[in-house]
Amino acid sequence: MSATVKVASKPLAALDERLTISTWFKSNLRKVFPDHWSFLLGEIALYSFIVLLLSGTFLTLFFKPSMVEVVYQGSYVPLRGVPMSEAYASTLDISFEIRGGLLMRQIHHWSALLFVASMTVHMFRVFFTGAFRRPREINWSIGALLLLMGLAAGFTGYSLPDDLLSGTGLRIIEGIILSIPVVGTYLSFLIFGGNYPGEDIISRLYIAHVLLVPGLILALVSAHLIILWYQKHTQWPGPGRTEQNVVGYPLFPIYTAKAGGFFFVVSGVVVLLSAFIQINPVWFWGPYDPSQVSAGTQPDWYIGWLDGMLRITPALEFVIGGYTLSLNVLIPGGLAMPIFAGLLVAYPAIERFATGDDREHHLLDRPRNNPTRTGIGVMAIVFYGLLWLSGGNDFVATIFQIPVNYITRFMQVGLFVLPPLAFVVTRRIAIALQRRDMERVEHGRETGVIRMTTEGEFYEEHAPIDQYEAYELTAQPRPKRIEAAPELDESGIKNPHYKKTKRQARLNRFYWENTVDKPTPDELHDEVEHAEHDTLDHLEHEALPSGGHNPPESTRHT
Amino acid sequence: MTTHSSEIEPAAQGGDPLPDPGLPPHTPRLTDTDTKAAKRAERQIGVMFGIAALGSIGFVAAYLALPLDGDLGRLQLSNILLGLGLGASLLLLGLGAVQWAKKLMPDVEMVQQRHPLESPPEDRQAAVAAFEAGAEESGIGRRPLIRNSLLGAAALLPLPVLFFLGDMGPINPNPALVRSTTIWTRGTRVVNDVTFTPIRPEDLQVGQLVNAMPESYEEIPEEDAAERLTTRAYSSVLVIRLEPGEFEVPPGREGWDVDGILCYSKICTHVGCPISLYEQQTHNMLCPCHQSTFALSQAGKVVFGPAKRPLPQLPLEVDAEGYLAAQGDFTEPVGPSYWERAKYIRTEPA
Repeated sequence: MSATVKVASKPLAALDERLTISTWFKSNLRKVFPDHWSFLLGEIALYSFIVLLLSGTFLTLFFKPSMVEVVYQGSYVPLRGVPMSEAYASTLDISFEIRGGLLMRQIHHWSALLFVASMTVHMFRVFFTGAFRRPREINWSIGALLLLMGLAAGFTGYSLPDDLLSGTGLRIIEGIILSIPVVGTYLSFLIFGGNYPGEDIISRLYIAHVLLVPGLILALVSAHLIILWYQKHTQWPGPGRTEQNVVGYPLFPIYTAKAGGFFFVVSGVVVLLSAFIQINPVWFWGPYDPSQVSAGTQPDWYIGWLDGMLRITPALEFVIGGYTLSLNVLIPGGLAMPIFAGLLVAYPAIERFATGDDREHHLLDRPRNNPTRTGIGVMAIVFYGLLWLSGGNDFVATIFQIPVNYITRFMQVGLFVLPPLAFVVTRRIAIALQRRDMERVEHGRETGVIRMTTEGEFYEEHAPIDQYEAYELTAQPRPKRIEAAPELDESGIKNPHYKKTKRQARLNRFYWENTVDKPTPDELHDEVEHAEHDTLDHLEHEALPSGGHNPPESTRHT
Repeated sequence: MTTHSSEIEPAAQGGDPLPDPGLPPHTPRLTDTDTKAAKRAERQIGVMFGIAALGSIGFVAAYLALPLDGDLGRLQLSNILLGLGLGASLLLLGLGAVQWAKKLMPDVEMVQQRHPLESPPEDRQAAVAAFEAGAEESGIGRRPLIRNSLLGAAALLPLPVLFFLGDMGPINPNPALVRSTTIWTRGTRVVNDVTFTPIRPEDLQVGQLVNAMPESYEEIPEEDAAERLTTRAYSSVLVIRLEPGEFEVPPGREGWDVDGILCYSKICTHVGCPISLYEQQTHNMLCPCHQSTFALSQAGKVVFGPAKRPLPQLPLEVDAEGYLAAQGDFTEPVGPSYWERAKYIRTEPA
């Protein structure tokens, strides 16, 4: 028994006698997790959330969520004697009077940006690789909720310092609440505790920001991780990797060191960012004043797409029967987010309907092997990106010296034209990549050696790829093609599900349109043989004059 | 490439075209074969952990050496040194651990089998049976009175929860009414919003724009910060002087200007940002939040952007002492639209 084990054995025994922990350790300490850089993205989200909790706790020691007016007497001279809310004054104090306070504020803000960004990119990874398929739909939905909660956490926090920027954000929220039909006006008074801005909103946002939202996030993250743990991680297809196994490294010691170390890497990078790159210098903006605003008002990046939509939605406002319906505010401000979340949660079911694939999947799809899904993903990214750019249309205008009106008009049209275009182009690229893969499997890799036959025909020598690569390139599942069931069965009775199967068949045809099917073993055999035969033809032609140095397994491609 | 014949079931899976060759053979790392390389890696990791320790000490040193005294340069230095110390400490601790795992811990991949992600059929049956037994014992199926009254009680429970929130804000009088008025009344003087001095018509040149407030704003006590903020959120106005005849006067608004001096609400009719970018050439006001553009020479009409309604106009007059004053409140609610808004449009300045 090694010294390390000796030290650990006593507390382990004590724990085991109370929690039977050994049984759990036995099967989990060496639990295998697959290794890939893209699996780190979710970890970044988790770690930045932990940094948020820690830095946020520090900030609560000094922040006063109060809208009571005080006259600033702190050490930041330009604002001395200025009346402001206690929230803003205490934010200034954290920055100017507390050692490390400014650093902690910047850590909190940087990790918030990173939190939402890494969740977003993690979601892309899960989407493009099909990791949301059965059995992981629940975790996908939890992830979508987490993303929404991340936005809520970010926005409530953004509003707390009560500086000019955050107040302007709140005013926009008030405008959005007012656009809600029937109850909007009442809701606004209830939320703000009276006429805008009132004196309650900061303390109310505060409790949401430090308790409700992080509590929900913590609960959802826990569920997310427990499910991940129980279902085991997905892995890339490849030699030795099947739907039934997990290939990778053990939790202890490899991932304890790697993932544990990665937490410190992420937090270290955030701290260094906060040391060197200033973020949200609230003292420049000044205290909130509803009659003031600074030009180039920008929200944090993750709210940009919603703000962009507010900017480019045309003036759709109607008075119906004496009541005002402001769709120009309600659609981007109120409906966009639930629709977005609904689409996210619904996507696995939609894809399942289109592909008819309800099997368990633990092997990931390479994005090219599912061209339609990849196209949809890129389409969504382009859509989001255009909205996000619209949120900075004034900056785009300044940088490129284009009138801001042109940019808005362009976005209004582009939002409906460019995403479908992106879909078509992406799908084509994916299919082309698939064809190249199959080409490589059937004809081998290009060697760069050009040969000339006696007839003067040039061809490039191809060499076969190794068996591991060849297997990896053909390991994807075969698309399942669905055709509608006949409308009437043999005895002429109408099939009650005919319409549904017809719809499904149509969707399925669209989904797998032009997707490359990998060859069957026989087809591959024929194809390779055919290629070899061609090479042999060349060899025969060449035999006499050149002596024919072609190795027989090389294949030809002109 | 051939496509599959279409059938309801997939064409017999066909199998993978190539057999699974199994995991590729493991290639040893330099640190596996060369003890010197392994020693070197060990030293690297030790150095990383060493720098991490120094980072923590550096943080404490910077904390003690640089008390804040209001000097911005010192604050910046403190921020950089504290961040550098803590950041280096965290980053190198992490990098050292990762390096340890990558260079010195075994990198032979292990294989574990997945367990099936569905219960065996007999377990499912047993679960259903257990549920049935419980449901049967509760008698919920046999006793509809209990079931229905329970559902009714549960359905009404959200009501107290909802009403609990009723006092979060004053909703009596009706918020729609409260927010439809501002503190502008007949005779309220227009004052500059920085100097709070009243404005004479002759103070304004043609094309000049002034941000203004009602004079009564100053009468709100300093302690009532909320009321002051609300007033700024509703009663802020823009005063502009245009050449008489160079701006449109819609029917019903004759006599609302004083020699070409017009007054508009400063609050955007889109979502309520204070509009503040003035284009002197066109006399247009641009909202910096979402770029709604209002033509002050065309009765505040929207010429671009997501806002639908023109800026509300405040009718002006000159009081007995020669200062600009309001003829009354706005004839419509200022700021963003809301559901009941149309009900509060008045014909006369109140």
